[in-house]
Amino acid sequence: MSLELKNVEKKIGLDTHIYSTNLKLEKNTINILLGSTLAGKTTLMQIMAGLDKPTSGEIWFNNENVTGMKVQKRNVSMVYQQFINYPNFTVYDNIASPLKITGVSSDETKQRVGKVAELLKLSGMLNKKPNELSGGQQQRTALARALVKDSDLILLDEPLANLDFKLREELREELPKLFENRDCIVVYATTEPSEALLLGGNTATLQEGKIIQYGKTLDTYNKPNSLVSAQVFSDPPMNIAKIKKSGDQCSFLQNDIQWKTKLNIKDGEYKVGIRPHNITTYKDGNNTLEIKGKVLISEISGSESLIHFTNGNLNWVSLSNGVFQKNVGDEMNLYMNTDEFVYFDQNERLISNG
Amino acid sequence: MNKTVNQKAWFFVIPVFVLVAFNAIIPLMTVVNYAFQETFGNNVFMWEGTRWFKQIMLSERFHASLGRQFLFTFIILFIQIPLGIAIALTMPKEGIGVPVCLVLMSMPLLIPWNVVGAMWNIFALPDIGFLGHSLNALGFDYNFTQQIGDAWFTTILMDVWHWTSLVVLLSYAGLRSIQPAYYQAAEIDGASRWAIFTKIELPKMKKVLTIAILLRFMDSFMIYTEPFVLTGGGPGNATAFLSIDLVKMALGQFDLGPAAAMSLIYFFIVLLVCWVFYTLMMRNEEKS
Repeated sequence: MSLELKNVEKKIGLDTHIYSTNLKLEKNTINILLGSTLAGKTTLMQIMAGLDKPTSGEIWFNNENVTGMKVQKRNVSMVYQQFINYPNFTVYDNIASPLKITGVSSDETKQRVGKVAELLKLSGMLNKKPNELSGGQQQRTALARALVKDSDLILLDEPLANLDFKLREELREELPKLFENRDCIVVYATTEPSEALLLGGNTATLQEGKIIQYGKTLDTYNKPNSLVSAQVFSDPPMNIAKIKKSGDQCSFLQNDIQWKTKLNIKDGEYKVGIRPHNITTYKDGNNTLEIKGKVLISEISGSESLIHFTNGNLNWVSLSNGVFQKNVGDEMNLYMNTDEFVYFDQNERLISNG
Repeated sequence: MNKTVNQKAWFFVIPVFVLVAFNAIIPLMTVVNYAFQETFGNNVFMWEGTRWFKQIMLSERFHASLGRQFLFTFIILFIQIPLGIAIALTMPKEGIGVPVCLVLMSMPLLIPWNVVGAMWNIFALPDIGFLGHSLNALGFDYNFTQQIGDAWFTTILMDVWHWTSLVVLLSYAGLRSIQPAYYQAAEIDGASRWAIFTKIELPKMKKVLTIAILLRFMDSFMIYTEPFVLTGGGPGNATAFLSIDLVKMALGQFDLGPAAAMSLIYFFIVLLVCWVFYTLMMRNEEKS
């Protein structure tokens, strides 16, 4: 089983929504489409499902050309950001609806609905209507509808985006388990890098209708092929600075902070990307390179502290474990881990990380 | 949290209270006053108790006009609601067609009621009216000023022409608020067009349709101007709906007492029907 997009392109009028894309998704994998709003995630998913036709290019499923085939014939299920259920049906009837249409016997329906309801913790509310449920339960119902039929392709379009923080965390942890032991391809669109890391599988980073990079999630995270891919896969955004290399010494162009590098590249100007968690307010392990900063904004998120600071022309974010209260305008020292620096050339292609 | 007590807020309510008193409460109380007394003019009144109410409740004339009123309202609801939904379903969802359709649809709603009556009167005249003349030319014996069936047909057609747009606009707004994802989900399920209508569109339109039915019920139950100009309640009393009958009684015969009693009964019927209907429709909503 595999899903393959061959030179798929989508234009609406003069706007190109998806630039020529080649992508092959293998069976029993979770594939994450990671990108900001309007990156083309939803369009790409609708093309994969057959809800929308590509302007040019082909979609192949199991070595069969399914371009333009109606979605009903494709054995696909989809979960949306909004909680989409039939408003007048009970939870049971909602979950059973895809089975009814395909003519599954009532005994089997009962058994399959019961099983999936249990998996999604909906067993106690099978007789309720969707508007009597909380947002989380409504989305669980929609997920159950997608899982109850043995789809070849399950598409999830930012399914957790409309849930509040607690429910999102809860459902997020259950999701990987739901897709275990299933003979299908899962495609999951999200704007959040942390969600991609949690789900594992493969990740494709998208920006402005282009797939920037596709590969195993951890590889994509650790070895971004370009600055764009690294920025898509970093939240809060990656800090970028121009640097100069001469011999084994590197230094920022904006200030005279220097560090040693083992990089085997010729001398010249490069760019470096530093993830926020590699700049901390305390000296710790490999975080040793000191930089002076003036606090712009300081925010506390859970048990982590985000400090936006300036150094000369640089406008950076640091992410430290623990709660640090800083006042705007405070001068402070921060510490960077040079081993985790990601180096890019002038064209913003990856040279090396570390 | 501690609430602060500030009685000065009442001052802000006074203007509204005065306004409502002048445009609703005081006129209503005048009617109540008339309903329990015999009026002789020169401010001479005589207490009659519930006599006028009994008289109206037992009067065949009232029963007849009430019956006509319910029949008329039922017929126009039965036509306008499905027709309005059907038109809303066929209206374009994007492009230049949207404003064009919306403006065209709103046109009948913008015409003053007595003008609608006058227009249809001329339009339907059997000798010179386009509709009346055409029907007769086609071989139908059509004359709305003399034949009861034709008078009803013309009145209903006029009301459908005038007010279906309101149902269309409300239904269209309801339809537009359904997220496209619902249609996609139904497409993935392989649901038929009819299933999409009954399982998604109708339930999602329930609230606007409730409002549409309520508005159309109230308006048609209180209809006066248009049939007054079109048929004047005739031929005979065939299209004398409640309000037309009421005006005849109050201003034609100057029976102020019975007319006042009838007004109050009329008012309570409208209130009761609206309350029962709204309660029934919203019963399920409140549970959640």
